[in-house]
Amino acid sequence: MSARLELENVTHCYGRGEPALSDLSLTVEPGELVALLGPSGCGKTTALKVLAGLLSPSSGDVRVEGSSVMGITPEKRRTAMVFQKPLLFPHMNVAGNVGFGLRMRGSTEDSEQRISEALEQVQMEGFADRDPGELSGGQQQRVALARALVTSPKLLLLDEPFSALDANLRSEMRKLVKRLQREGDYTTVFVTHDQEEAVILADRIALLFDGELQMYDRPQAFYDHPASMEVARFFGATNFLEGRAENGSVRTRLGDLRLENPGPTGDVTLTIRPEAIRLEKGENSFAANIISATYLGTQVHYALESHGIRIRAALPPHVRLEVGEEVSVRLPAESLWALEG
Amino acid sequence: MIPLVKRKSNAGLAIVAALVAIPFVPLFLWTFAGRWRFPNLIPSEWSLRGVYYLLEPGGQVLGATTNSLLIAGAVALASITVGLPAGMALGGYEWRFKGVVIFVVLLPIIVPPLASTMGIHLTFIRLGLADTALGVFLVHLVPTVPYTAIILTSVFAERTGELEEVARTLGASPWQAFLHITLPEVAPGVAVAGLFAFLISWGQYILTVLIGGGNIVTLPMLLFSAASGNDPVITSTLALVFALPAVLALVVALRYLKPGEANERGFVGLGKVS
Repeated sequence: MSARLELENVTHCYGRGEPALSDLSLTVEPGELVALLGPSGCGKTTALKVLAGLLSPSSGDVRVEGSSVMGITPEKRRTAMVFQKPLLFPHMNVAGNVGFGLRMRGSTEDSEQRISEALEQVQMEGFADRDPGELSGGQQQRVALARALVTSPKLLLLDEPFSALDANLRSEMRKLVKRLQREGDYTTVFVTHDQEEAVILADRIALLFDGELQMYDRPQAFYDHPASMEVARFFGATNFLEGRAENGSVRTRLGDLRLENPGPTGDVTLTIRPEAIRLEKGENSFAANIISATYLGTQVHYALESHGIRIRAALPPHVRLEVGEEVSVRLPAESLWALEG
Repeated sequence: MIPLVKRKSNAGLAIVAALVAIPFVPLFLWTFAGRWRFPNLIPSEWSLRGVYYLLEPGGQVLGATTNSLLIAGAVALASITVGLPAGMALGGYEWRFKGVVIFVVLLPIIVPPLASTMGIHLTFIRLGLADTALGVFLVHLVPTVPYTAIILTSVFAERTGELEEVARTLGASPWQAFLHITLPEVAPGVAVAGLFAFLISWGQYILTVLIGGGNIVTLPMLLFSAASGNDPVITSTLALVFALPAVLALVVALRYLKPGEANERGFVGLGKVS
C-alpha cells in the first residue's frame, strides 16, 4: 500500500516573483515520515500542494511508485491531505464527512463499517451523528484525520495539522498521528515550522529556507552535523568558533583542536552543542572563566569565556560551579563539527 | 443582564414589525370596505366586492397573477443560471481586467432602464419579440442579472476554496466538488439572489408595458390601472395580492435562516462589493 515518493527539481513560482520553491529534489521511502521544516513562507505548503496535485509546479517532476504524477488531477492521486484548519464540511455530520471520500470513489458497500473503524482509530467513536460545529477544535482535527485515512491513501500529507491546537492536545495528536502512520504504514509528508515537532515525529527532516532545500537527513544529524551555519542556528546552535583547518586539525584562538570528522579545509567555523561540552582536562581542552550560570532544574546553562570567546555549555545539575571560577573546558573531538567559511 | 438585552431587542423587533405592518392596516380595511366616509375611523359598511373581483371566473386577476408568477419565476431561474457562474468568476478568482468586467456587469443598473429599453424595444420589434411573454422575460433580465451577479459575487468572495481543495484530495472531481461542497455552501446566498430577482421582476411595470405593449398583462399593470381608476377597494385588494410574495419570502427567510447563519452564509456582505 505505501508508496515511494520522489521529487525531482521541483520549482514553483507564483506569478513573476521569486520562486516559492526552487529546485527541490528529495526521495521519501515507502512508509517513511518526512517533515518539511522551515520558517513560515519558506515554500513548505507550496510543496505539499504540488504533491497533492492542487498546484502544478512551474517545472520539475513528482513520481509516486516510480511513475510521474504530473498532469494527474488531485482526485486520482490517492493522496489525502489534512490541513492546518480541520475544514470539515459544515453541511454534513461527522459520518458524512468521514464517508465523503468513499462516496466520491463510489465504494458504498462496507462504507459504514469503514467509517466507524476510522472514527474508532481516532477515538471519536460515538460522534458519528454530531455536526462539526458541536465539536472542539481537537475533535474536529481528529475527524479530519479519519476523513483522510478512511480513503487508504498512497500518500498522506499533513499541513501543520496541530498548529491551531493548545500544547497538551498537540502532543496527544502527535502521538496519535505517529501511531496511525506506523500502523497504516503510510508514506507521509508533514509540514511544520516547529523544529521540536519535526524532531519528535519525523524519520527524516527536509529543512527549507526561502524555497530551497538546506539539508535532508535524520533529525539527529541536524544537531550533530548541520550542513551550514543557518541550519545550525535554526536548530539552536549557539557555539561558533572561527578557525583554519590544516593537516587534520583546526587552528583557533583557543588553540589547535582535533576533529574526528575533519570536514572542509581552509577557513572553517567550528560548532559544538552546549550539551557536548565537558568540564575536564584532556584533548582539546583550555582554561575558561564562568561568566554566568542559569539553573534550569534538569540542566545548568553556563556562559564561559576564554580568549575573548563566549562558549555556552549545558551541564547536568549536580555540577554546581560559581560565577567567576576558572575551569578547564574540553571540546570532545567527536562532537566538534566544521562548517565551511 | 442578558434577559434585559433580550427584552430590549424584542421591543426593537416589535417596533420594526409594527412599522412594517401599520401601512397594511388601511389596505386590509379598504379591501373589505363597503362604505368608508371621511370622519369614520373604520368603514361603516363591509363588503366582499374585492374578494369577488379577485376570484371572479374569467376575470383578469387570475391570469395576470399567473403571468406575473411565471415570468418572475423564469426570470429568477435565468438570473441564477447566469449570475452563479458570474459570481463564481468575479468573487472566487483574481484576474486581469476584473474591474472592467464588474463595471460592464453593473452597467444595466447604472444606465436608466427606460433609456436602454427604448433601444431594446426597436431590436425586439425586428426580432419579433415585442408584445410577447418571451420578450418581457428577456427585458426583465436587464435589471435582475446585475443584482444576482453582484450578490453572488459577494457570496463567493467570502469563500476561500479550501473546502473544495479538501474535497479534491478526497477523490472529488471539480464537478463533484462544486455539486457536493460549493453548491450546498452557497445555497442560502443563491436563494437570496433568486428572491431578489423574483421580486424585481414581480414589481416591474415600465419594462413590461414597453415591451409587452399591453399584450402581456401582469399584476402591476392591473394595479396601476386600478389606482388611476379611483376605486380604492379594488386597488387595495390588488395591492395586498401584490405584496404577498414579499411577505411570504420574509416569513420563509425568518423560518429557515437562523439569524446567525444568515449573516454567516446567506446575506453575506451585500454592501461589500457594490
